[in-house]
Amino acid sequence: MTQKSYQDTLEALCAEDDRIVVMTAENRAAIRGLPPKLGPRFIDVGICEQTMIGMAAGLSLRGRVPFVHALSVFLTMRAFEFIRTDLGIAGLKALIVGGVPGFLSDGNGPTHQAIEDIALMRGIPGMHVFCPADNEELVQAIPLLTKTDQACYIRYYDGAAPVTHKSPVEVGKAETLTEGDDIAILSVGFLLKETVKAQQVLSDAGHSTRLCNMRFVSPLDAEAVRDAAKTCKLVVCVEDHFKRGGLYSAVIEQLADEGIHGNVRSIALDQKWFTPGRLPQVLDNEGFTGDKLAKRIEALFKETV
Amino acid sequence: MSGAENVGQDGAKARAALALRVREHIIRMATEGGCFIGASLSCADVIVHLYTEVLDIAPDRLDDDSRDYFFLSKGHDVPALYGTLAELGYIDKDRLKNHLSVDDHIYWHPNRKMPAVEFHSGSLGHLLSVSMGVATDIKLRGGNNKVYVMLGDGECNEGSVWEAALVAGAHKLDNLVVVVDRNEFQANIRTEELIPLEPLQNKWQAMGWHTRRCDGHDFAALDQAFTDLPFGEGAPSVVICDTVRGKGLPSIEKRADRWFVNFTADEIAQLLEELHGQAEAQLTSEALHVR
Ligand SMILES: [Mg+2]
Repeated sequence: MTQKSYQDTLEALCAEDDRIVVMTAENRAAIRGLPPKLGPRFIDVGICEQTMIGMAAGLSLRGRVPFVHALSVFLTMRAFEFIRTDLGIAGLKALIVGGVPGFLSDGNGPTHQAIEDIALMRGIPGMHVFCPADNEELVQAIPLLTKTDQACYIRYYDGAAPVTHKSPVEVGKAETLTEGDDIAILSVGFLLKETVKAQQVLSDAGHSTRLCNMRFVSPLDAEAVRDAAKTCKLVVCVEDHFKRGGLYSAVIEQLADEGIHGNVRSIALDQKWFTPGRLPQVLDNEGFTGDKLAKRIEALFKETV
Repeated sequence: MSGAENVGQDGAKARAALALRVREHIIRMATEGGCFIGASLSCADVIVHLYTEVLDIAPDRLDDDSRDYFFLSKGHDVPALYGTLAELGYIDKDRLKNHLSVDDHIYWHPNRKMPAVEFHSGSLGHLLSVSMGVATDIKLRGGNNKVYVMLGDGECNEGSVWEAALVAGAHKLDNLVVVVDRNEFQANIRTEELIPLEPLQNKWQAMGWHTRRCDGHDFAALDQAFTDLPFGEGAPSVVICDTVRGKGLPSIEKRADRWFVNFTADEIAQLLEELHGQAEAQLTSEALHVR
C-alpha cells in the first residue's frame, strides 16, 4: 500500500479546510513543496521560533488552525514560554510539529537533542503529545488532530511502518500489538521498529511479552497502562527521552494516582545526553537496538521478578 | 469611534478631562494590594487618545472581526486600560472595585476574559508577535482593519521584540502599528542608565518600519502623529510617545522607587487631591529600595 506523505496530507487538508495555515521557522524539510501550493497561507518567519508561536496564537485567535514547523529542540525549548503563555494560557489551538526529536537528531550533538521535549509539552495544561511510530500513523492522525479543540505537539517521524498496524490512530489510545503477561513493553514513537524486534527476541526466549505502541503520552492511555501494570510482572517504558518527565514519569504518575503498585522500569536517557553519530550507531551505542533492548529487558526481568 | 467632530481644541479638552478621570481610577487601584501606578499614568493619555480618536471599535463591536485591535503588550499598565474601558462603557465602573478580588478577572496584568482585552500579557515581548498573527490573518482575508500594540520602553530590552520587528518589516505588515510608551524607565532604573535605547527611532527604521515620535501627553501632538496611517506603503508603523512615568502626580513622577505602589487610604485621598492641583501628597508608605 502506498502511503501519502505528510506534505501531501497537509496540502489536501488545506484544500478542504480554509482555517489551516502552514508556518515554519525556516525549517522546510517536511513541507518543501507547499509554498507554491498554499501561497500566502504558507508563512515562513525565518529563524524566529518565538515570533512564529506568537503569530500562531494571533492567527488562532482569528480562527485559524496553524501548523508550525521547526526542529523539536528549538520549537519546544527556545519558544517554550510562548507556547505555554500564548497558546497554553489562552487554550488556543495550534499543531506544533517538531522535527528530528530524540535520537533522530543523530549526528547533530547535544545542542540539537530534544530529549526533554515530551516533559515540557505534557506539562502544559490541555496540551496533547503525539509520538507517531511511522508515516502511516503520522498521516492518519493529522486530520484527527486538526478536528480536536486542543493544541498538540507532534514528535515528527515519517519513516516506514515496522509493523502491520492493528488499530487506527485515536487520540489518547495506545495500540496493543502483541498480548502477553510476563513483560509489557511500552514503546514511544519511532523506537517501535526496535521494540518490535525486542518483543520477538523475548518471546522466542519464552517470555510472554506484550508490546504497546503508546502513540500519545498525553492524554495517556490509562486503561492500557493500568492493565499492563496489573497483569504483567514487569512493565518497561522505552523512550528516547530523559528518564525524568517523559513516558515513564507519565506512567508512574498515573499508577500512583490510582493506587496501583506495578513493577515499572525505565529504559531512557538517565541524566545524560547521548553521544552523537549516525542513527544506527547511536541506537547501538545507547543500547536501543532490538537485540540490546531485549538483553536489557531480560536483565530487568531477572533482577526484579 | 474615530470622531472627527472631536478633533481640535474642544476635542483635546474633552480627552484631557477623560484622561483625568482615568487617572482617578488608576490611583484608586493603587491600594489594598496596589498596582503599577507609574507606567499606568504614563500611558493613560495615549490610551485615551487611541480609544477616542484612532481605534475603529465600540463596546458593541467586540465580536466584529472587522474592528481594530488594540493589544497592551507591557501589561502591568492595565489600570490605564481598565480606567479607559470603564469610562467609555466597555466595562462597569463599579467593577473596578473588584481589583485583586479572586471573584473577578481584574489584577496586575490583563486577562482576556475582560471585555475589550484582546489578549493576556505581562510576560514582556509577547504581544508584538501575537498582534502580527492577527494582522496577518486580516491581510489574508482582505480586511482593512488595523492592529495596534503598545509596548513599554523597558520591554524593548526583550530580544523577542526585535525578532518580531524584523519579521513584521520583512512581511510588510502595513496594517500593524506599534505604540511605544517611552517613559524613560524600566522597572527600577532609567532606561538610559541601564540599557540605553536611543536612538530608538533609528532602531525601528533599521528594521524596516515607518516611524514617528511625539509628546504622549499632548493631544494635539497625538492627533498629528496618528494621522494618515500607515505612514508609508508596504511597511509597519511605529509611534514613539515620549511620556513621563507617574504623569499627573508630581510626588511620584520620574521616581524609580514608585514603580509598584500600595498606598494607604489616606495617601490615596491625598493623591486624588494632588491630581486635581492641590498640595503634593505626603507619602509615608515604604518606597521600593532602588540600588
Ligand atoms: Mg518604561
